[in-house]
Amino acid sequence: MKDSVRNIQGWLLFTPAAILLLAFTHYPTVTTFFQSLYTNKSIIRPRRFSGVEAYESMFSDPIFWKVFVNNMWLALGTIPTSIGIAILMALIVNKAIPGRGFLRMAYFTPTMLPMIAVANIWLFFYAPDIGLIDKVLEIFGFEGNNWLGNPSTVLPSIIVMTVWKEAGLFMVFYLAGLQTISPELEEASKLEGSSRWNYFWRIQFPLLLPTTLFVLINAFLNSFKLVDHLFVLTKGGPDNASNLILYYIYETAFSFLDISYASALTIFLLALLALTALAQFFFLDRRTHYR
Amino acid sequence: MTYRNRIQTSVELIGAYILAGFWILPLLYAFWAAFHSSSDAMHFDIFSPLTLDNFREAWSQAPFARFSLNTFLLVSFILPGQLLISTLAAYAFVRFKFTGANIAFALVLVQLMITPEILIVQNYVTLSKLGLVDTISGMGLPYIASAFCIFLLRQAFKSIPKELEDAAELEGCGTMAILWKVYVPLATPTYIAFSLVSVSHHWNNFLWPLIISNSVETRPLTVGLGIFAAPESGVEWSILSAATLMSVAPLLVAFLIFQKQFVQSFMQAGIK
Repeated sequence: MKDSVRNIQGWLLFTPAAILLLAFTHYPTVTTFFQSLYTNKSIIRPRRFSGVEAYESMFSDPIFWKVFVNNMWLALGTIPTSIGIAILMALIVNKAIPGRGFLRMAYFTPTMLPMIAVANIWLFFYAPDIGLIDKVLEIFGFEGNNWLGNPSTVLPSIIVMTVWKEAGLFMVFYLAGLQTISPELEEASKLEGSSRWNYFWRIQFPLLLPTTLFVLINAFLNSFKLVDHLFVLTKGGPDNASNLILYYIYETAFSFLDISYASALTIFLLALLALTALAQFFFLDRRTHYR
Repeated sequence: MTYRNRIQTSVELIGAYILAGFWILPLLYAFWAAFHSSSDAMHFDIFSPLTLDNFREAWSQAPFARFSLNTFLLVSFILPGQLLISTLAAYAFVRFKFTGANIAFALVLVQLMITPEILIVQNYVTLSKLGLVDTISGMGLPYIASAFCIFLLRQAFKSIPKELEDAAELEGCGTMAILWKVYVPLATPTYIAFSLVSVSHHWNNFLWPLIISNSVETRPLTVGLGIFAAPESGVEWSILSAATLMSVAPLLVAFLIFQKQFVQSFMQAGIK
């Protein structure tokens, strides 16, 4: 009797969250899938079942492949670099050095800015001729470049900006990781006469592996979720050279009004994220066994 | 040996400050440019006269006061909603082993991966059916149930000893009184950590608010700034800097004052 009361109480407490989660996560996931199997409804034609047609046109759409490859390059360009810099930052501010508070603040501040503001600031650095980078190049006698207007430099430019924005956040996770490492280990390695370099690679880096895994997965997911800067910097151009999957979904749905195709693209993105989450589950599982 | 150590330490220190320079200079530059005329800013005329014209100009070109109010309203709608709904859900998961709780929790965790940003198309359809397009509540609604918050609170509640609950029960506390008098106070650090992360996130969120708002009355700061900064609007660089600074100032100032709490909150939220 008491059990069934608690059962009902439990469900009642969970219901508000359940309704909202169903309404804005599970239900739209399902409807997106069905939407992708139908053609668009228009005034002259009702929608009809089209099966996998939207997916077929997706896989033969060169822009789809372009934005997918761009996304992969973005991930590859930002993640290892930001992780490297983040570890360096964490090692710096984990020690008792002069101005530690200032350094931590300096490294972390970009994390607190909206991507739109970051894009506004960097827009000026990348501006052709009058921008900061071209001005500096001019002083040293180099040719300037239209960094965001040139298809071969636009993605690297965005990668540099993203590393600047994200490294500080990852630093915080590494800082948390470093603080769990017992100081006795450092003393022991000092007594053994091993170098700092050795201590880092033999002790700290392996012990930080769970943090690295966590950061790796989150950075990967982030590189697919964050497209705000494109609205200010490039609108995906020139010629889709900086376009990303989520921005392409936005364009397809809200500029070209092709809901069917936008749904197919969304399902592709969801599948990609689901695979990443499964990988995380698998690896984290192994880690617990290892412990 | 000590001599070599000292050199090594100073090289590291210089490196640390150079890195900090790279990270802080873009911001300092924007700050400097906002107080100088566009032509001076472009020529890096460091000793050119200071001016507040850019702020005046930005303020008159777009309703930043209204945008700030909208952001404030948005955040004050989302955060209490998240805390309330997640508290109830987390309590259900920790102390009421209701039927299907495990499956329910797995379904909650799905939202950690599929955030509302990704489902922009269908969520827009849902909100237009509810008649909530171009409203602050429509902008906040998809975020009110937060898997992340439920997850964090569940972790916090789980670490609270059962004895405390039993003692409260003996004192005559009912189900909700136990939640309110035992669980919530003991989970305060988690509430603070989540609140700081959530406010920072929603203060800076852009894509979904952009899609769901189409008037000045609902646009938050990020969307207002994004439209202001769009290449086709062709505003001058210094005015754009001033507008950017105005938009980020409230959160940035809060961060600079409560730096430690912010960093610790992000740390705590990340490792759980």
